[in-house]
Amino acid sequence: MHDLFDAFATAWRLVQSGDPTLIAIVFLSLSISLSAVVVASVLGLPLGAGLAVLQFPGRNAVVVIVNASMGLPPVVAGLVVYLLLSRSGPLGGFGLLFTPTAMVIAQVVLVTPIIAGLARQMLEDLWREYGDLYILDGIGRIYTICSLLWLGRFSLVTAVLAGMGRAAAEVGAILIVGGNIAGVTRTMTTAIALETSRGDLALALGLGLILLSLILAINATVQFVGNAAKRVAAI
Amino acid sequence: MTEWVWSPAARFLLLLAASAAAAQEPFIAVASTTSTEESGLFGYLLPAFTKETGIQVRVVAVGTGQALKIGERGDCDVVFVHDRAAELAFVEHGFGIDRREVMYNDFILVGPKSDPAHVDGGKDIVGAFHEIAASNAPFVARGDDSGTSKAEQRFWREAGIDPKTAGASWYRDTGSGMGPTLNTAAALDGYTLSDRGTWLSFKNKQHLKIVVEGDRRLFNQYGVMLVNPAKHPHVKQDLGRKFIDWLTSASGQKAIADYRINGAQLFFPDAEGSRS
Repeated sequence: MHDLFDAFATAWRLVQSGDPTLIAIVFLSLSISLSAVVVASVLGLPLGAGLAVLQFPGRNAVVVIVNASMGLPPVVAGLVVYLLLSRSGPLGGFGLLFTPTAMVIAQVVLVTPIIAGLARQMLEDLWREYGDLYILDGIGRIYTICSLLWLGRFSLVTAVLAGMGRAAAEVGAILIVGGNIAGVTRTMTTAIALETSRGDLALALGLGLILLSLILAINATVQFVGNAAKRVAAI
Repeated sequence: MTEWVWSPAARFLLLLAASAAAAQEPFIAVASTTSTEESGLFGYLLPAFTKETGIQVRVVAVGTGQALKIGERGDCDVVFVHDRAAELAFVEHGFGIDRREVMYNDFILVGPKSDPAHVDGGKDIVGAFHEIAASNAPFVARGDDSGTSKAEQRFWREAGIDPKTAGASWYRDTGSGMGPTLNTAAALDGYTLSDRGTWLSFKNKQHLKIVVEGDRRLFNQYGVMLVNPAKHPHVKQDLGRKFIDWLTSASGQKAIADYRINGAQLFFPDAEGSRS
């Protein structure tokens, strides 16, 4: 109980002090997770929509693979990206290991299946409802996918947010490919892991509380903007 | 036809690359152990090096085994670890060059104040391992191929005990770093072997205290080496050498000696030719 109280006090002190190291860590965390989610959305949303609309041999297998990848263990994703980006690996020439770029790549691997899988589920329902209209009109597939994404945009926000949640909370993959280098690849979650291993549990949990507040703030903002947009769309 | 599209784009990319290169200070990547990072030594040492040379040092802190692996794959420029036998093998296999000894500290046996194995105050680490095994008191092991883990296994061998078969109930292999292992030992009221640096800076000690220290066999030597540029041509050998030279120079050695927690010195410089 005492430790938990300490954690709240520590979190409050950290936020109040405006510690530049903390601000840099928060900024890095957000920019890595947001970049990963943007890239994963660009890849995952069309993939999900395509799977919802298109019929092709092996479609079910792809759906199963995407769904299973939603639960991809971060350490496994991290290890694969590590071996690819390592100097001894196939992409070693770029020298990306232990950089924020490597962390974004690892998170894209984790987040894309989540966004694609959820988008497919949501859009399949829409497709069942409106699909006949598209087919009757003889509209092209690309256009169908685009308009279906637009039609489902409000519910797809949830898919993107789920991806954001995974990216912001994840530590296993970015610890391996980023190396938790102070000032370069240390994020909120890897800093929490480090402080835990140093036995500074109050500081670790304090950082955790700050991370939770940030995730809460992002979700609240999206909810607010989404509601406003729905109101505009309804007019 | 498409030239007007591509040339501004290319120019923009070039500009980006150039500005990124300009903003990039020279840096090296060092694979090192959790003990040097978690004890706070690097936080104290590296700013001094950067101030003198303008070179940033990016530290990836892992167990000695993993640090050597990172060096072997060419993913860092310098390796700074503590497992003499493994380091010499690393150099012998051509993965590293220019190995230099930098400093030492010592291992300590940490245990609960209740001391169920009655080893408190002893100076014989192998004898203490005997007592722990005999008393079935919990022993928390790193089990992660780190320098500390290798030292611990050496002491079990010298005691003639194979804890993995003898200690199904009391030998807990956590497969984690020094800090997490200490956290587990604190929670279990168990014994564990730690390096002194991590112990001194560790904050969650609860009922743990040092029970055995001062045995000559607990000596813990740190060595530094450059990843072999002949194997990995991208290794920044000039910058890496500067770091190694500085660590073993008079000013680097003094900085190591000056690092203290609550007045206690954590690491003792012993690079050859630097003692004055």
